[in-house]
Amino acid sequence: MDALKQELKESLVEQLNLEDITPAEIGDDDMLFGDGLGLDSIDALELIVMLDKTYGIKLTDPKQGRAIFESINTMSAYIAEHRTK
Amino acid sequence: MGKVYVNGLGSISAQNTFDNTAFLSDVEYYTDRVIPVIDVNYKAFIPPAAARRMAKGIKMGIAASRTALQEANLENVDAIITGTGMGCVRDSEKFLSAIIDNDEQYLTPTPFIQSTHNTVGGQIALDMGCKGYNFTYVHASVSFESALLDAMLQIQTDESQSILIGGVDELAPHTIEIHKAVNHIKSEAVEASKLLQNKTKGAVFSEGANFFVVSNEKSQTSYAEVVDVKLINTLEADELNTELNAFLEEQNLSIQDLSAVVLGCNGDVEFDGFYDVLAENSLKDTSQLFYKHLSGEFHTASSFGFWLAARVLKLQTIPEAVVLKGDMPSEIKNVLLYNQYRGQNHSFTLLKSC
Amino acid sequence: MGKGVAITGMGIISAIGNNVDENREALFASKTGIGRVVKINTNHKNDIMVGEIAYTNSQLEGLLQLPETNNYSRTALLGAVAAKEAVESARISDINEYKTGLISATSVGGMDMTEKYYYEYLEDKTVQKYIEAHHAGDSTQKIAEQLGLKNSLVTTISTACSSAANAIMLGARLIKSGKLDRVIVGGADCLSKFTINGFKSLMILSDTYNTPFDENRKGLNLGEAAAFLVLESDAVVKAENKTVLAYVKGYGNANDAFHQTASSENGDGATLAMQQALKVANLKPEAIDYVNAHGTATGNNDLSEGKAFLRVFGDDMPPFSSTKPFTGHTLAAAGGIEAVFSVLALQHDVVYPNLNYKTPMTAFNLVPELELKKEAVNTVLSNSLGFGGNCSTVIFSKKQ
Repeated sequence: MDALKQELKESLVEQLNLEDITPAEIGDDDMLFGDGLGLDSIDALELIVMLDKTYGIKLTDPKQGRAIFESINTMSAYIAEHRTK
Repeated sequence: MGKVYVNGLGSISAQNTFDNTAFLSDVEYYTDRVIPVIDVNYKAFIPPAAARRMAKGIKMGIAASRTALQEANLENVDAIITGTGMGCVRDSEKFLSAIIDNDEQYLTPTPFIQSTHNTVGGQIALDMGCKGYNFTYVHASVSFESALLDAMLQIQTDESQSILIGGVDELAPHTIEIHKAVNHIKSEAVEASKLLQNKTKGAVFSEGANFFVVSNEKSQTSYAEVVDVKLINTLEADELNTELNAFLEEQNLSIQDLSAVVLGCNGDVEFDGFYDVLAENSLKDTSQLFYKHLSGEFHTASSFGFWLAARVLKLQTIPEAVVLKGDMPSEIKNVLLYNQYRGQNHSFTLLKSC
Repeated sequence: MGKGVAITGMGIISAIGNNVDENREALFASKTGIGRVVKINTNHKNDIMVGEIAYTNSQLEGLLQLPETNNYSRTALLGAVAAKEAVESARISDINEYKTGLISATSVGGMDMTEKYYYEYLEDKTVQKYIEAHHAGDSTQKIAEQLGLKNSLVTTISTACSSAANAIMLGARLIKSGKLDRVIVGGADCLSKFTINGFKSLMILSDTYNTPFDENRKGLNLGEAAAFLVLESDAVVKAENKTVLAYVKGYGNANDAFHQTASSENGDGATLAMQQALKVANLKPEAIDYVNAHGTATGNNDLSEGKAFLRVFGDDMPPFSSTKPFTGHTLAAAGGIEAVFSVLALQHDVVYPNLNYKTPMTAFNLVPELELKKEAVNTVLSNSLGFGGNCSTVIFSKKQ
């Protein structure tokens, strides 16, 4: 699980071009959207593509993403349970 | 009708033009087929959180427009009018190649969003919090002139007082390759100083962003007055002298009233003839300036010409590097610009000292 | 300085018909043009619905009698067909007789050809002719050529989904200021893999018929179309004894300055655009008889636009509907085809139904028109809202 969390932090920084943040600075429980990391609805769409491409998880409704992408903890838990690759 | 003044400007180009205290004193003479801009420190203008999804065209547009606003001592404007031939074309390429290469799978929205032509104008509005009029013109070599025409209309009819206008285009790898394939880009590198003597097909491609604050009020920072602009979709070379005279006549001016003309010649042997027609006839006794050996060619390259004319008028000096022909006048009053690309989308623009 | 901006001709090609008459018949018969995509080879065929025009490119080339060596993108083909109909219907015999201009709008431009030949452009000389057809201005240059328009003011606007409304607005301003006597205004956009995948990546394409202002709306259907109006000054109308179809009475453009793609929750931009248009028209909100909404059927647009309606019209919302269930969302052309629909509503005193609507939205108490309604329509307000926060409103009226 820790490996997955580290992997997620790295891909978050890379895929979303978070130039001013390093993976180590993202806490497992930090809010990714809103006041936390400041991600927005377009980032959510980028993350949905990442779920599909890297973990074989298809979301059809962007609203589903809200709960899943709340934090690194929620993301890793969801991926661990639903991944197909 | 209200007058229109250029009260601030910002330029990012293949030359060192971003510093408004210098004026082509340190010219770069490239020997190439494609010349990118000299990047500026975009981070000074755009916080990282906002910059992370911004295409180059947006960054150039924001840095140039902030500089123009600052010079005009304005925080905001009534309208933002942008001209761009291709928009943020790198992202268009990125999205399109992803569609083809990944067989329509795993596509992220960011490059698609940036592909929308009005993304630069929209982001500048977002950056400034400007809820006013916001147009983007995308008509090849008159994209910038369309924005200028619209701004003049707004000011002359009292719809707006201060407007940000600009021309912006960026280079992109695939677009460069396909334009090389059809010789719209020169087949060999050309020395900038010999661009017009080279007599080969095609142009040297480039990119850039030139933004201006135009306003109904003259101020201490004013560069010039914009007298008129005219767009002409097609014309025959032998109609050029007549068209020019008609344009000047509308302002009760004649050729003799022109202090200088700024020509958009780009060294393309197939189409520079349009400039020659004027340079060798109506304008043969007028001082002639050129700039595409410095700025390169792109759909909104004429906004660099506009930048040049505005600065020449304010500083009453003509940099050595842009002199094409003739003695330089002691007093610079009326400056005409003429531009076209591949024989289409011609424009006349007239600026006057103020 | 002329004051009135008369509409003296119009032309359209959309998923519901190849000319004004066919479009009118389909609108009056509540007949949708939405179906499965046929002409574009996309993997998303079974996931999306579109409003596709029946003609193939070679049929359109035939209509325009173009030589085989032509390099017209589908956008240019559609635009030329609609613009020609507009000019013919305005009974213009010599296009260069008055100071005439062309303002077109497109977002796709020649992308349909570029996506087909993207890598082939590098090697295959037979398709390289389309390289210059890619940029947005090219389709407009070709429309001007088809109209025989020379030595004239010709330009292109691209402000995403509000583009054609902005072309109408600029045209009206050019007439009012006396810069032009006559101007052909509108827009054209063809369907492309680029836009299908773009909107797909934003997850706002519905897999079924689009349902604007419905609580359970699932997103938009893309469409393709072109439409143009001929605008003429009072002086030309008088000199040529022209029949006036309607007038462009007001217009407004504002920027939401909220987000790259999403509209602000309170519809700031749309509110400003509508208020500005009413001001230019010198009309009070209660003078509007019908609102042709942007109504794309995305969750965000309809909520934001509806909120803006409440801010502008208060409790007295006029009859309104979105015609996107007929045609799909035709992007840069939308403001053009909806201008033609608005003029038809004025000419025939009708209000169009908002097809496919079932469930009211919980966010507010706004219910669109559900049946074709015959009633006096003297003034129509049409909205076009786009990415980049671009919001535009045009008001059309029977009277000057």
